[in-house]
Amino acid sequence: MIVLDKVSKYYGERAAVRDASFSIQAGEVVGLLGLNGAGKTTTLKMLAGVLLPTAGRITVDGIDLMTNVDAVRARIGFLPEVPPLYPEMRVAEYLTFVAHIKGLKNDVAGHVDTAIADTDLGDVRNEFIGTLSNGFQRRVGIAQALVHRPALIVLDEPTAGLDPKQMVHMRALIRKLKERHTVLVSSHILNEIEHTCDRLIVIDRGRIAAMGTEAELAGSVSGATSIVVEIRGARGAFEAAVRQSGVVAKTAIDREEDGIIVATLELSTDARETLAQALVGAGLGLRRMERVQLELESIFLTLTGNRAQSAAA
Amino acid sequence: MSNVWWITRRELIHYLRSPLGYVIITIALIIDGLLFNAVAVGPQQRLSSVVLQDFFWCASGTTMAASIFIAMRLIAEERQTGTLTLLATSPIRDWQIVLGKFAGAMVLLAVMNALTLYMPLLLMLNGKISVGHLVAGYLGLMLIGAAAVSLGLLCSSLAPNQLIAAIAGTGVVLVFILLWILARLTTPPLEDVLAYLSIHDKHFRPFQKGLVSVSDVVFYVTLSYVALLAATRALEARRWRG
Repeated sequence: MIVLDKVSKYYGERAAVRDASFSIQAGEVVGLLGLNGAGKTTTLKMLAGVLLPTAGRITVDGIDLMTNVDAVRARIGFLPEVPPLYPEMRVAEYLTFVAHIKGLKNDVAGHVDTAIADTDLGDVRNEFIGTLSNGFQRRVGIAQALVHRPALIVLDEPTAGLDPKQMVHMRALIRKLKERHTVLVSSHILNEIEHTCDRLIVIDRGRIAAMGTEAELAGSVSGATSIVVEIRGARGAFEAAVRQSGVVAKTAIDREEDGIIVATLELSTDARETLAQALVGAGLGLRRMERVQLELESIFLTLTGNRAQSAAA
Repeated sequence: MSNVWWITRRELIHYLRSPLGYVIITIALIIDGLLFNAVAVGPQQRLSSVVLQDFFWCASGTTMAASIFIAMRLIAEERQTGTLTLLATSPIRDWQIVLGKFAGAMVLLAVMNALTLYMPLLLMLNGKISVGHLVAGYLGLMLIGAAAVSLGLLCSSLAPNQLIAAIAGTGVVLVFILLWILARLTTPPLEDVLAYLSIHDKHFRPFQKGLVSVSDVVFYVTLSYVALLAATRALEARRWRG
């Protein structure tokens, strides 16, 4: 549905985005993850038609951004990091204005009512935007992005500046959007992305560093499968069985108590069946075997070459 | 054209609900009133038509000054607050944004000028002035105001904030006003060109006297058009530059 093909954006000599290529299918919630200054906002602004790419091609529903920018804009709803709000306007009045400039001709009131309902703004529809709390203003920002019912909604740091309670509401709102829209969310907050997205795109210094589900990224980062096993039996027999299986690269005993051993094993490939046969064949009681997922934080740190840690420090 | 209307409507809502419009109009009206009493009417007895000429001369100054302050925020404020992104991500053309904002500013300017009507009406009650003179003078005020708004809007589209937009707008309009001085210091054909480009000296004086010349109308319309076109191009260029 949305395809970026070798898209670059230069500010003078400096490349904000370099050869970015990815696609997003209809109905997905995709997270664009990167450190501050990695190129997330520039990428989103190009997708939304605010900025034009220096090179490359962006298509939405097969429509080329460069040749028919208006048609692409009509298909996209964009919430920038700072919501584009007019404080002197009332909520419903503002959304009506947005609906009109987004090109809606029919049933504008119906669209506005739906956007207000979807973002739970009913209680404040006649309030001036300038008098609303930060959380409500963010909701109005999302309402303006979806009032014309676009196929794709692009949200740039949607929880920035929100308190924890407002963050929970915002995440729930983003998950709700998935029912009717394709959503691209950018953030540098891992927790936010982890809880809301089906798939991740990691951008680092203007380049796409990796993309996939969290599990896929974990696999690509570690290059190995970590598993935790819990067995009943002697330590010597366990170690011999592990050696004989021939699939374990590294063994670490986590706990040994009352004849129960808990160990983390690193397999060069996902050969859990072979390992299980070797353990059971050696007469050990296999009580538990589960794959260890790398935390998103670890994946991100590895993909960004641990610059995230240095940036935080 | 509906997009232009919606942008104009939003501008008018802004003027109605924020202090800026009221402040500009109030200050302009106070200055106009004082100048009318001190300069146009004055201590000596004069012909009503001469008083009206002086009134339009004074009002042209306040109109140009008000135009710059009205125009300074038109694009620069949207850029500062981030709302320009909303317009930039909507399927509307940059010229529609510029035209809508220009129209909103002109409505405010028209309201401001309409509120000065009591001064010529006082002259009409106590003296003798022609309606034609009145219409020509106000047409001149709107035309010179349109040119100043357009130049201010161009500066607003280029400036990073409202303050710089106001300073740049004032500078540009001043240059266009003072070109007649420069014209006197040069020789033809440059003298003719500079004199022709002078926004006030050559082109406003006929309106002040109650005369409407097509060439003066064409000058103001052309200057406004070129400035608005340049503002549109400036908006377009920002998509490339970022």
